[in-house]
Amino acid sequence: MFKYKQEGRIVMIKSTLKVLAGTAIVALFAGNAQADTLRLLTWGGYAPDEVIALFKKETGIDVKVTKSNNEDMISKLRATGGSGFDLAQPSQDRIAGAQREYGIYKPLDLSKINKAQFIDSMFKSTTSQSMVDGKVYGVPHVWGTSGLIVDKSKAGWVKDYTDLCDPKLKGKVSYRLKRPTLIGFAFAMGMDPFAAYNDKAKYAEILSKVEKKLISCKGNVKAYWSGGDQLLNLVRSGEVVAAMAWDTGGWKLNNEMKSVTFVAPKSGALGWIDSFALPARGKNDEAAYKWINFVMQPKIAAMITKAAGNFTASKGADNYVDARLKAQFQESFPQEAIDNIKWYPPVPAGLEEMEGKVLDRIKAAKSN
Amino acid sequence: MERVSAGTKLTVLVLFAPFILWMLLLVILPHIDLLTISLRERVAPRVYEFSFKNYMEFFVEPLYWRTFARTAIMSILATVLTLIIGFPISYYIAKIARGRLKSSLFLLCMLPFWVSELVRTFGWMILLRESGIISGVLQWLGLADGPVEMLYNDAAIMVGLVYTSMLFMVVPLVSTLDSLDDGLIEAAYDLGGSTIAILREIVIPHAMPGIVSGCIVVFMLTLGNYLTPTLLGGKDSLWFTEQIYNQFITRFNWEQGSAFGFLLLLLSSAIIWTGLRLTRQRLQDTIK
Repeated sequence: MFKYKQEGRIVMIKSTLKVLAGTAIVALFAGNAQADTLRLLTWGGYAPDEVIALFKKETGIDVKVTKSNNEDMISKLRATGGSGFDLAQPSQDRIAGAQREYGIYKPLDLSKINKAQFIDSMFKSTTSQSMVDGKVYGVPHVWGTSGLIVDKSKAGWVKDYTDLCDPKLKGKVSYRLKRPTLIGFAFAMGMDPFAAYNDKAKYAEILSKVEKKLISCKGNVKAYWSGGDQLLNLVRSGEVVAAMAWDTGGWKLNNEMKSVTFVAPKSGALGWIDSFALPARGKNDEAAYKWINFVMQPKIAAMITKAAGNFTASKGADNYVDARLKAQFQESFPQEAIDNIKWYPPVPAGLEEMEGKVLDRIKAAKSN
Repeated sequence: MERVSAGTKLTVLVLFAPFILWMLLLVILPHIDLLTISLRERVAPRVYEFSFKNYMEFFVEPLYWRTFARTAIMSILATVLTLIIGFPISYYIAKIARGRLKSSLFLLCMLPFWVSELVRTFGWMILLRESGIISGVLQWLGLADGPVEMLYNDAAIMVGLVYTSMLFMVVPLVSTLDSLDDGLIEAAYDLGGSTIAILREIVIPHAMPGIVSGCIVVFMLTLGNYLTPTLLGGKDSLWFTEQIYNQFITRFNWEQGSAFGFLLLLLSSAIIWTGLRLTRQRLQDTIK
């Protein structure tokens, strides 16, 4: 009798605990997905406060911003199977591969997007590059390049990535230990990694040459930077005089230090387009489409350009962009440098694993 | 009687519920998941097969086990250094300092831990960097001709690690040394023991549980540290936890990352077990 009662109690406690744990989990992970918020997974500067305020005024929708980068976006969405966010902004070359591999996005309904607001060529490029099984997964938003940030008073002769390895710059150089560095160096060494994207053996050959170069170059490196601000501080303090970095960082520094600016490398700056993509289990697609159409308006796009330092795919936004940024852009990019920009094609599966090992080996090598 | 025991059981269950939930939801379940992930290999997009490849990778690719060996050796070194620096401090706090001095010294050891590890590490970066404070002072004193770079090398990592772990060595040492009766030390002196003999025969054997538990905590914290080696080590840092992070976040290779995670768990446990064996200590004694 007592035994029975006791068991009954324990069963009751167990079920109570289950309910408690259940509600706790629900409260923790699903608590803030109200219908009138847009959860945006994006880059720093792509959703400035003033734009969010204007959007709220027009539509009544709150925007919750999570700042991220390409790898982090894929990791986050992969961990949740594509939920937790309503709109993400990966680079266009990182959509198709991630979609094939992990299924983290859902196709876009292009009829809900105001095509007239986009620069035609960019819209075509992004939609075709982000296509999987005939469905479109991405539309363009912000574009920019990576190239060289150079302090012209100290290292004005640096014209290409390989110049960073010149003995004169020992301990004065910085770049990231990520795939753009491998690709940039490959171009500067006279190879074309993009042409070898679908030929693994050839790509491996290119990578091994780049690996040797970067290991021999290690003595020149002050530190491998990982966040934009870290690099800016290294250049500001004068500890680094030449670096491989994003154009916008160079122009930001140019505002503070006249001698520092962005230089498009001789072998071509690497061009990227950050895009809009819908996470597979986002809950508020309507708000996502509204946000896309809202920020592509020329005036709003110019505000984003001002905050992020990069230009957008919005047609006519140029007319509203700050004159100083325009001048900086024109100084860094004469027409032939624009024509020479190497745009990233979509990354085929398996390449990043090869690159990962190369990067690990470079990191592990002793610097001379 | 039986009613009471049922009530007691219930109380015990309720008290343990948070712990059990914690262990189950946040430790055991994720580890089971991690284990299953680590034992599969990607053969095609979204197709996985059972395989030991991820574990083999660790032993086949010299890069990975070298990184682990480096991490383990540096962690052991950091533990020993922390012990050597921490022991005299703890002895002074427990045995020599009295009253207010004692508590304020103890507080001084704890004070740095009131700010986050990230802030403390940035503090070291400000001190050590080329355009930093120490470099500036050396130039001002005329001891150096140009800027001196002290950051981004193994010594900087070591300084950071020892600094970060000091508290976890000092606290257990102070509490075990506190329990040592001063009379024993005085008696040993009266009987003609030398300082070194007393330290070896009385103080250290008594403090052994504190030393062992301090060493285990410091070793595990150091081995599992991510921030300090990455920020202070710069281009040559290379810490095993960094490899795990890279596999998960920048390479999307959860399989490899999980396998590394398990290897870290197993290998670090093996190192601690060997350490206990070599010093003839038992884990149970450390909880006394």
